[in-house]
Amino acid sequence: MRQPWLVRPGTIRLLWVIFLLVLALTVLASLFTEVHARFRLDGSFAFNAWYGFLSCIAMVLVAKLLGRLLHRKDNYYDRD
Amino acid sequence: MTGISAMPPGLLLILGALLLPLFGLRMRAALVLGLPLLTLALIWQVPDGISLRVPFLEYELEPVSGDRLSRLFGTIFAIMAFAGGLFALNRARIVELVAALISAGSAIGVAFAGDLITLVAFWELLALSSTLLVWSAMTDQSYRAGMRYLVIHLLGGVVLLIGVIGHVADTGSLTFTAMALDSPAHWLMLAGFLMNAGAPPLSAWLSDAYPEASPTGMVFLSAFTTKTAVYVLLRGFPGADILIFIGLYMIFYGIVYALLENDMRRILAYSIVNQVGFMLCGIGIGTELSLNGAAAHAFAHIIYKALLLMSAGSVLYMTGKRKCTDLGGLFRSMPLTTICGIIGALSISAFPLTSGFISKSMISQAAADETMAVTWLLLTAGSAGVFLHAGIKFPWFVFFQKDSGLRPPDPPLNMRLAMILCALLCIAIGIWPAPLYAILPFPVDYVPYTRTHVVAMLQLLLFSGLAFFIMLPYLQRTLTITLDWDWFYRWLGPRVIKRMSQVLSRWHVQSRSGFLRQLGNLFGTLFLYHGPQGILARTWATGSMVLWVVILLGIYLVAYYY
Repeated sequence: MRQPWLVRPGTIRLLWVIFLLVLALTVLASLFTEVHARFRLDGSFAFNAWYGFLSCIAMVLVAKLLGRLLHRKDNYYDRD
Repeated sequence: MTGISAMPPGLLLILGALLLPLFGLRMRAALVLGLPLLTLALIWQVPDGISLRVPFLEYELEPVSGDRLSRLFGTIFAIMAFAGGLFALNRARIVELVAALISAGSAIGVAFAGDLITLVAFWELLALSSTLLVWSAMTDQSYRAGMRYLVIHLLGGVVLLIGVIGHVADTGSLTFTAMALDSPAHWLMLAGFLMNAGAPPLSAWLSDAYPEASPTGMVFLSAFTTKTAVYVLLRGFPGADILIFIGLYMIFYGIVYALLENDMRRILAYSIVNQVGFMLCGIGIGTELSLNGAAAHAFAHIIYKALLLMSAGSVLYMTGKRKCTDLGGLFRSMPLTTICGIIGALSISAFPLTSGFISKSMISQAAADETMAVTWLLLTAGSAGVFLHAGIKFPWFVFFQKDSGLRPPDPPLNMRLAMILCALLCIAIGIWPAPLYAILPFPVDYVPYTRTHVVAMLQLLLFSGLAFFIMLPYLQRTLTITLDWDWFYRWLGPRVIKRMSQVLSRWHVQSRSGFLRQLGNLFGTLFLYHGPQGILARTWATGSMVLWVVILLGIYLVAYYY
């Protein structure tokens, strides 16, 4: 059976290209918006882009670490 | 004031709900859809100020007391009762519909309660009807989860009641108004409120109980309990600094636990805690902008969270599966559910043109205006994390990722209509925020759509999306749950009690047998001397008696002689 258009490898490659282009555009757009920096950090170039990216990576890693400590089989409470 | 405006709007829903079982399917449908609309009309008839006073013991109750904040929350609760009723129509058990309308009515009752006794009464009714909603799934798991839910909420209710009694004893006033954290009574009231908000450490009830409700039941549950808590905190403790810290904890707790979770509805349950965290931050910051933001966010959140849960509920209803490991690729056969789920996901992530964008940004803006740098940075990271755990993770794992081979169709008409209604509301509020801004508690002087803000939000969210796909190998789902504070009362507590009862019963057996042995010895000795054959129990002859008397008299005589 033919796969739907959305999940064909060619489409996925296309979507990635579009996604990366849009990302580049949003970063470029910050050249054309005036930033109302209220703190030192948020005045840096494309602050939301790098800050969002890094904080997400950090959250996934923290979750991963916590998971090692706190993960149990999903029938943990039902065993007895 | 008398007449229609003096009728507590919530009472209409509660009394109407009790009539539901008396009618057939058609009339029942008319009631389930009609009662919330009628209630909505009543809510907008309530004038500012107290419109009903009822003497009770030596107090005077004020069950109907209206202002902008009451009307805002009453409105969204009524809208939610309508949308949830539409979704559940003909699909849910009758007990579930009754419980849902009663909990909506109790939430509206709390929103219009002018005094603390009325508030506590509706508060407890909300806890009971919510428990019934969990139970109406009629499974073993839902029974036990509902029990745990009930225990926590009755505890919260008692803590609140003690606080209220203390407050009345301290001040002599029953009026529910803004309070400072200056007495133990007020701290207890805050604790009681926070327990319903899903604040730490007792937050696990939410992700424990809600996902055990029926596909339609969780849609109702998500709306009333936590948002009633947001309402009472908005009215009772605006500007309490501690709420900022609690809110920030809840934001990151929700994100991390949702990232670790495999059950799609539990992911959404954790994200309720996360979203309520944003609202608590707004309440804690305490400026007009942030309080408006918290109220607007509660309003927007109820709709998009209902939409997300409707889409998850449709998947569960059609497939009977709720684990991400069993799902995937459903966009092929459930296009409408997929699109509505994505609209809900974009709204919760505060994408421009959706309702989350125009509400959540007010809270961040307020933090920035107050130059709370750390709070602002954490709120921004939290916004990125929302996209990560709810905005992408939920739709990705349910509707895309791998092909699970499941090909369920979209759900029945009424469920589809309910999803379309909520999706339209999410977008309408996002594009046209003015009507919502007009009914917020304070006048709004905030423009969400500036070029800077839109670009900043797009950067934040799209780069979070990039991070998600880069980190995808770390996010693959496993058949696991994540331990939470409820481990203490679900695992440790029962084991401690079991161990204690073992030790105690062994000690009891040992000490009892020792005691019985001692007692046996005592009786043996007594029996030896006093028993039928005992030396002291022998029958004595009269002669020996006389002999002893003679001897005694003789001794007496001798003693007297000297």
